[in-house]
Order: sequence, then C-alpha cells, then structure tokens
Amino acid sequence: MSVSATRRDYSLVGPEARTAVEKGLVSAQWYTCAVPRKQMKELMRRKDGPAIRDTALWFAGLAISGALAYHFWGSWLCVPFFAVYGVLYGSASDSRWHECGHGTAFKTRWMNDFVYNIACFMIMREPRIWRWSHTRHHTDTIIVGHDPEIITPRPPDVLALLLNLFNLKNAYGFFGKLFLHASGRLDAEELTFVPENEREKVYGVARIYLGLFALVIVACLYTGSILPAMFVGLPTLYGGWLSVYFGMTQHLGLAEDTLDHRLNSRTIYMNPLFRFVYWNMNYHVEHHMFPMVPYHALPALHEAIKADCPVAYPSTIAAYAEILPALALQLKDPTYFVHRELPRAAYVDAVAAQ
Amino acid sequence: MAEVWVDAGEPEDIDAEDVIRFDHGGKTYALYRSEDDRYFATDGLCTHEKIHLAGGLVMGTIIECPKHNGRFDYTTGAAKGAPVCVDLKTYPVKVEGGRLMLRVS
Repeated sequence: MSVSATRRDYSLVGPEARTAVEKGLVSAQWYTCAVPRKQMKELMRRKDGPAIRDTALWFAGLAISGALAYHFWGSWLCVPFFAVYGVLYGSASDSRWHECGHGTAFKTRWMNDFVYNIACFMIMREPRIWRWSHTRHHTDTIIVGHDPEIITPRPPDVLALLLNLFNLKNAYGFFGKLFLHASGRLDAEELTFVPENEREKVYGVARIYLGLFALVIVACLYTGSILPAMFVGLPTLYGGWLSVYFGMTQHLGLAEDTLDHRLNSRTIYMNPLFRFVYWNMNYHVEHHMFPMVPYHALPALHEAIKADCPVAYPSTIAAYAEILPALALQLKDPTYFVHRELPRAAYVDAVAAQ
Repeated sequence: MAEVWVDAGEPEDIDAEDVIRFDHGGKTYALYRSEDDRYFATDGLCTHEKIHLAGGLVMGTIIECPKHNGRFDYTTGAAKGAPVCVDLKTYPVKVEGGRLMLRVS
C-alpha cells in the first residue's frame, strides 16, 4: 500500500472527525488505574506553596539572566545569559501555561490565572483559544479528527518539526491567527471547540496581543536596536527548543485512536533541573489519566500506579531512541506505531474488558 | 406530582467535604457532605463532558470535575466558569431516621 493511500485526515472538520464519532472514540470512557478515593483526594489536594516557590525562582532567574544579558549586550558574553533567559522565557513558560491552564498549579485561582496569562504571552498562545484547545486534547487525546494538539501527522511532517525546533512554524501560525482573531473571526477548526460565549473574549485578547507586539517593534525602531525584541518576542524562538525537546516525547510515535493513556503517552524519568523547567510533565501518563492532580503530586501518583503502567523510560535520550526510529519508519509506513507493553495483570484485564 | 424520596444510604457514607456517586432509576447523582455536615445533591455528571463528578475534588462549597477543571457550587448548582457554562440541577436532601434521603421528583 502506498504512503498516500494510508495518509489520514487530521483536520477537525474532515471525514476522520465523523469516523471517530462512529467508532465511539469521542468523549469516550478512558481506562483509569485504580487508586483508593482517600489517596486520590490527597493527591488532588491543592497547595500554593510549591508553585509560589517555583514561580519566584522562575521570575528571579528571568530577572538575573536578563539583567546580565543586558549588561553584556554588545559583547559575546551576553550569549550565555540570553541562552538562559531564552529557555526560562520560551520553554519554562510552556509548562507554566499548561499547569496553570489546568487550574492545578496553585490553590488560589487568581494566581493560576495570573501566571497563565503571562505564560501564554511568552509562549505565543492565545489564552482562550488554547484553554479550549487543551480541554479538547484531554477529552480526545490523540484521537485523529478530534485532537487539535497532535504535534505531527503520520507520515510525519519533518520540515514542520525541524522549523518548530525554534518555534518558527508555530510563531508564523500564531501571528496569522492573531490577525484573524483581531478581525473578529475564528477559523473552521476553532469553531468546533471554542464556545460561542467565549469568542468575543478571543477577539479582544488578540487585539491586545497585537498592540503589545507593536509596542516592541516601535521600541526597536526608536532605539535603533533589536535589544527590546531580545527580551520580549524573540525569546520564544531562540529559547523554545527545550519545550520542543520535552513536548515531542509526550505522544510521538505511540498509538492513535486508543482509549488508554498508557498506550498513547510516555512517562520519562528526568533530572531535577529538567523537572523544574517542565513542572513534572514528564509524568505524562499520570497527568493524562488524572489531570486534576497538581504537578507537585505527580511523582507520588506515579508511585501509586506504576505497577499498572508500562515501564517508564529512564531518560529523554531513551525516549528519543524510540521516537526517532519510529518517525523514520512512519515516513515509509504511516500505519506503524510503537506498541507499549502493559504489565501482565493489566494486559489480562484489558483483554477481559474487550 | 407527588414527592418521591429515596434512601441514599447512611450519612456517614460520605466523608466531610467530600462527594459520592449514587445511582437510582437509571440516573446518576452526586451526593455531597460539606465541612459543617450539611448534605446536598446534584446531577452526577458534569454539564461539559458528562464526566462523573464523584471522582472530583470538593473544596468548600465547590465541586471540581476531575477531567477538565470545570467547577460548580454544589449548594446551588451554579457553574463557576469555563469550561463549564451550564448549571447543574440540584435536588433536596434530608437526614431522616438516621438515613440520607434524596428527593428525586
């Protein structure tokens, strides 16, 4: 069979969207590991402390690296400081956007919303659009025709993946959508997941975002320097690579159209620095199975359910040793994917359930 | 229409500041016990994506859907913001003769 014959339609308004409904894959019941109610309540319990500490460290890191980058501007010595600033701005904002969007990072709701909106601007994601997009991602994770956050189709779009190492394609799409939304419109796919009563808010925020980016451009022109954009805007491009490195491990190469997060998501052990930047999203099976468990409780949740899950990857390098060959194989055979091996007891249960 | 009350179990079946699921007559309900030992009942499924609220977290008078962070005031059923836009239906509850009684019509 040719590659084109097995190519699927990943749009949210194409034939695959209807097929997924007919197969019972949409808004479906997903597998969940058994966790006693008392333990789950404890795991879901909200705290302000961990996120206040981590946010203070994040802002302090931005301020110190930014100040040193500014101080050394004009010499090569500014490069390492911009490298740090860029990762904190363009990569750490991804996990802050994510966790605060779930409303779980802080106990206090306004703190979630405050950090969410700052992180959205940093990562170039419109807050309302991405809140609804991510809601859909959790309802229909890697369900073709319904999940708007599938990073790449099968066969993989290699050029887009490479361009997005520096968020180039994402940023191009972001500004295109900003102009669309600022003009009071959504595209056909967004109409499928953004409710009508939220749309005016989308248009308003898009206009504010355009105004803020226009201010950065004016500041660059006024000062005759690219320096203002090095602090606001460009860090999403030159510092976004680490969030891409993390994000590509979440689902790439794994099963599509399954109702079991253990088969379409990866849990990977990471070092403390990575986990600070990524806010523990390396426990991705756990996060998808129980999205209301805050990031700081995910290691404990992992311990609670790991016997019922595939073995976690020992490192990101181990994950990429699986992902890159899988993507290469999918170029020739789009039906190929990595089968995750369930523990024996879980496998027997799954077969019995079918 | 006559009031129909059904036995929903013992009050102690629900921990303080918690929720349980109760199914009756082909419908699913969520029964709540507040921190100060008052009892409430709502429809059991979130109005956003039909997820069982009994798996969610009770915080004060708020029940949070375990899937998408949709929040309701379970004492009134009021939706408290995106992604939930539609209120929950509420039902009267009383403790009578040591049993938790739910009015289903």
